[in-house]
Amino acid sequence: MKTESVQADFPAARVSEDSFWQGVKDCIPTLLGYLSIGFAAGVVEKTAGLSLAEIALISIILYAGSAQFIAAGMIAAGSTATSIIITILLVNLRHLLLSAAISPYFRHLTPLRNLLIGTLLTDETFGVAIQKSAAKKAISEKWMHGLNITAYLNWLLANIAGAVLGQWISSPEEWGLDFALPAMFIGLLVLTLISRSKYALDIATGLIAMIIAVGVSIVWSPSFGVIAAAVIASTIGAVIEKWK
Amino acid sequence: MEVRPDIFLIILGAALVTFIPRVLPLMLLSRITIPEWGMRWLNYMPIAVMSALVAQELFIDEGRFAALSTNVELIAALPTFWVAVKTRSLLGTVVTGVLSLMLLRLLF
Repeated sequence: MKTESVQADFPAARVSEDSFWQGVKDCIPTLLGYLSIGFAAGVVEKTAGLSLAEIALISIILYAGSAQFIAAGMIAAGSTATSIIITILLVNLRHLLLSAAISPYFRHLTPLRNLLIGTLLTDETFGVAIQKSAAKKAISEKWMHGLNITAYLNWLLANIAGAVLGQWISSPEEWGLDFALPAMFIGLLVLTLISRSKYALDIATGLIAMIIAVGVSIVWSPSFGVIAAAVIASTIGAVIEKWK
Repeated sequence: MEVRPDIFLIILGAALVTFIPRVLPLMLLSRITIPEWGMRWLNYMPIAVMSALVAQELFIDEGRFAALSTNVELIAALPTFWVAVKTRSLLGTVVTGVLSLMLLRLLF
């Protein structure tokens, strides 16, 4: 009892470290944007034929925006499980970059505690964390959890809200809702292009990927088309960048 | 409110291949480093995958090349691209795409 009260008298020792609640607060500016994407994801997943339980499950254990859109689109198109999983693996390989980029800030932690940080890492929480590190030269573990968990719950709620709305729409095609998925891919593609500002090489890589995707889809299978296009086009992009 | 076994397997597999790249560098990076060519290759992956998906959505219809003359999706893609470039808003892009296709289907 005595030891506890003594410890409670010295909370100032950790005051410089950002708290869990500060992480929650720092997540707030991004909530609206991701709420709308999650909502759109919920509608698309519902119109692709997923049940409410399946949508909750995919948001809880997959928790990745573009991957959930891809899964919905490919499930609706009747692709095989193997091709869906390989396509999602390729799209989400970029997480290697995000995870690698923030790893220096958490090097002092055990592998298990690093695992907990990485499990909920997204483009969005990575962006907020990197901005924070630029200002403070350090990222607090508790702050990172506050940020990650807030973004995670927001995403789940948004997906379920979208799914509930999607349920009430009997003929999605009449409302053009079958175009929500391609429109989202167009938006993600354009936003990625703009954020990287390596236009010439990126557009060249994108056009090569499009030609390969269409070609392979016609002569072989649509599910293999995306995989072939992703591997070949990004290899060409990387090789041109090296030789330029 | 049910979860079909085949959908469950797809979700589980997709979650696993997403989880591993998220946590592996954080856990192991003191021991391994991704070579420079590997980083460069990974850098182009999102662009390549997104482009392939867009092309497939617009040009492929049930495993065949979609006839250009009757392809309303392709026409709807034009304002969608334009709004994405101008507003940089994902929600705005999706709403534009959906409304464009809805209007095109009413007209044609």
